[in-house]
Amino acid sequence: MKDAKVIELEEVAIRFSGDSGDGMQLTGTLFSDTSALFGNDISTFPDYPSEIRAPQGTVGGVSGFQVQFGKKKITTPGDLAHVLIAMNPAALKANAAFMNPGGTIIFDVDSFSEKNFAKAQFQTLDPFAELKLDDYFKIPVPITSLTKESLKDLELDNKSVLRCKNMFALGLICWMFERPLDYIERFIQNKFGKKSPLIAEANLKVLHDGYNYGMNMQHATPRFIVHPAPIEKGIYRNINGNLATAWGLLAAAEKSGLNLFIGSYPITPATDVLQALAERKDLGVKSFQAEDEIAGICTTIGAAFAGHLAVTSTSGPGFALKAEALGLSVMAELPIVVVNVQRGGPSTGLPTKTEQSDLLQTLYGRNGESPLVVLAASTPSDCFYYAFLAAKIALERMVPVVLLTDGFLGNGSEPWRVPNMSELPSITPRKATNPELFKPYNRDPETLAREWAVPGMEGFEHRIGGLEKNAAGGVSHDPENHHINTQIRAEKVAKVVDMIPELELVGEAEGDLLVVGWGGTYGHMISSVRAMQEAGKKVSLAHFNYIKPLPKNTAEVFSKFKKIVVCELNLGQFASYLRDSVPGFHYYQVNKMKGLPFSVHELVENFEKILEA
Amino acid sequence: MTKFNYTAKDFKSAAEVRWCPGCGDYAIMNAVQKTMADMDIAHKDFAVISGIGCSSRFPYYMSTYGFHTIHGRAAAIASGVKSANPDLTVWVITGDGDSLAIGGNHFIHLVRRNINLNLVLFNNKIYGLTKGQYSPTSDRGKITKTSPFGTIEDSFVPGQLVLGSRGTFFARAIDSNVKHTQEVLAESAKHEGTSVVEVLQNCVIFNDGIHDYVADPKFRSERQLFLKKGEPMIFGEQEDKGLILENGHLKVVKIGEDGITREDILVHHPEEDNLGLQVALINMALPEFPVAMGVIRSVKAPVYDQEMKKQIETVQAKRRVTCMDELLQSGNTWTVDGENCSEPVKFFDNKCFG
Repeated sequence: MKDAKVIELEEVAIRFSGDSGDGMQLTGTLFSDTSALFGNDISTFPDYPSEIRAPQGTVGGVSGFQVQFGKKKITTPGDLAHVLIAMNPAALKANAAFMNPGGTIIFDVDSFSEKNFAKAQFQTLDPFAELKLDDYFKIPVPITSLTKESLKDLELDNKSVLRCKNMFALGLICWMFERPLDYIERFIQNKFGKKSPLIAEANLKVLHDGYNYGMNMQHATPRFIVHPAPIEKGIYRNINGNLATAWGLLAAAEKSGLNLFIGSYPITPATDVLQALAERKDLGVKSFQAEDEIAGICTTIGAAFAGHLAVTSTSGPGFALKAEALGLSVMAELPIVVVNVQRGGPSTGLPTKTEQSDLLQTLYGRNGESPLVVLAASTPSDCFYYAFLAAKIALERMVPVVLLTDGFLGNGSEPWRVPNMSELPSITPRKATNPELFKPYNRDPETLAREWAVPGMEGFEHRIGGLEKNAAGGVSHDPENHHINTQIRAEKVAKVVDMIPELELVGEAEGDLLVVGWGGTYGHMISSVRAMQEAGKKVSLAHFNYIKPLPKNTAEVFSKFKKIVVCELNLGQFASYLRDSVPGFHYYQVNKMKGLPFSVHELVENFEKILEA
Repeated sequence: MTKFNYTAKDFKSAAEVRWCPGCGDYAIMNAVQKTMADMDIAHKDFAVISGIGCSSRFPYYMSTYGFHTIHGRAAAIASGVKSANPDLTVWVITGDGDSLAIGGNHFIHLVRRNINLNLVLFNNKIYGLTKGQYSPTSDRGKITKTSPFGTIEDSFVPGQLVLGSRGTFFARAIDSNVKHTQEVLAESAKHEGTSVVEVLQNCVIFNDGIHDYVADPKFRSERQLFLKKGEPMIFGEQEDKGLILENGHLKVVKIGEDGITREDILVHHPEEDNLGLQVALINMALPEFPVAMGVIRSVKAPVYDQEMKKQIETVQAKRRVTCMDELLQSGNTWTVDGENCSEPVKFFDNKCFG
């Protein structure tokens, strides 16, 4: 037997793709976890339709999962896949545009039938030619029939048999990339072992048969080697942005000595935050699934009034509904955290796709002068730290804080070195201590934060509300008072700048082009800037996590560059905010509204154009 | 022997009360303050939450913890307060516009969850604070500034909505009868779960006299049926009228006529889960029937805030994860300790977080 062709790679991106019922998200996740355990750095990108089960075999129903892994630091799931697993012709069609030229396509040849070509709306019987994929390395594998063959001795109905197809593909891919199967085996045992041993047995058998198929067909399948990455020492786990957000809030509750309350309403792609916290009754979390988005934030405000670390999670449409109540938390100066996992808008928009188009809504989308603190996480795992910080700022400065993440961060995952709680800074809520001196709107002269007295504390009984107040807490329509309070509320937010670090650059402190980004685009931004730097260009990256207030040194950093380009997944919201807040510079823009992350390639192309301009 | 010896005065704040002279709200506030004093619960443990509307200024006039929130959301905000701290005694002050129009969703879900709150619904069948537009309880045909030719919609009957939302407690009172209002509020305060007390309240400016026909003291015993637990449903100046069920419908009968005796009259059981009869009592309207006053329904059911507490205690009793460090290191983790690996950099190390 001929040896397999062995290809050694620095990094490789694989895309699993099939019908939304084919189990591609699970397949992708299991492969990613296995790669992370193997020691590769990884980054993942689930890409699925908003319908739970769109019509089978159609392009609209294709669900995909891309993972990039490598022997060095991986910051993106990869622009283009080196290997595509297509479970049907629709999957091939949906993903052809995301393939690396000359890449490898493994497809279920059983499903490449005339009927399925029609469902995927191919005009001819040669989908590869039609999609101009002629010179790609194609590996036809009869996945469906081999799965059936593999399970013929088990007493399983046809539907259950077909549901094991994804394990065949997974087994084959594990062979191709030299991944051990033990983690996946354990997962299958844990998931099905007790409830339905037969299903567990079937999945395990198909997984192994897929692996063995690769081994037996060595002449036809190349084998890839991707060595482990040299990363920081420590205990690691794989984490997605939504779970990291939930855990960051939990960590803040523990640090501050407060109970955590989440009042929320399910909404894609933020629901996982609520789910992850609902699961943590063991840590005392009070989770309240409200009747609507408004009640989500209102119960949260109520819990903050009652002395809890209170949070609510949502996405764009829900954030819009919360606007009035968010204004109340600005006025009442109660510490709440709102997590907005952004998605494509306006209206229902692209619920399962990513976008950064809620920035201006977050900054300005309320009645009246209604300033609050805005943070943005930039990787799936740093959602943990920014959620923690959002809570710290809220509790120490008595101000609502919005944490912006997005669908890409929320659903994307990466390996994360788990911190020890001792690594995190302390949180000291501004609980009132002296009933003699207490007035609801007395302020710390430095931070302008008021004190927090909650029902049950003797001697601090007071009234707050949405009406303008004087310092003593009385309702006041006095013109001077409102004028001054409006300024105070703005200044209080501005003073949070003392709590946040200065803007740091990736690259030299001066140069020809400063690339500016914010939030979830970090991975693609840094990859593209590094690519430019490696090509000898004088390009640096300033990536913002602190949106309001902006870091103190922002203007100074900007002033050292000949050109500045602001890149974001919207029409230029951060750019216009910068024009207003950091005036005096010309801001070029790179914008994308496709419901997809940037690709490194397109960013580099744009930067080169701007450098030449 | 009481612990605190509070009087109603202990619950009044220094703020000047700014309702219109003659407004029904004054009487209701007096009744609430008296009820709170009688509850003998520490002053610091009361929280009064309101929405928007005339009645919602209420918290400012109380000396307890109070929160004057936004239109329609008092029920939701109070739900958060009570869920967070079930040890508090939480009152929701709201009106027909606040709770039955803009806040309808929160109102029905509060009632459904049965959170242990006392909700006082001021029903003056009008929007007062915005100066006289019809509300969801205004009668069909009502002429107001936004219905100059009369409304073309039917009104909510608040009690129906409460029972339709699986409410466990509903009572009705009228502002001018302070003594009765106080009795009803005292009952509502004892109830474990969401208690809704509809107080028929007069708006002297925009809907003056709307409840006069019911309230008129001269005809009180003819036009109002004061329901008492375990007692027959008898009314009338001579206590000679009562209610019976005939073919599944309520019927007013005269004791002594057609062979009707006191024994034939229905006995009130608010504690029984008898939705049909209780809704029928709620729906009674003049002139055919007297208006039912008092506690109409008061049944036992699981209480949300207590269930939430219990669930956490149950889970915690057999928990494997007791703190964040344990959670962070639970499940699928792996250790990286290779030769080519670097020392970890703490996230907050080189950043200033004052």
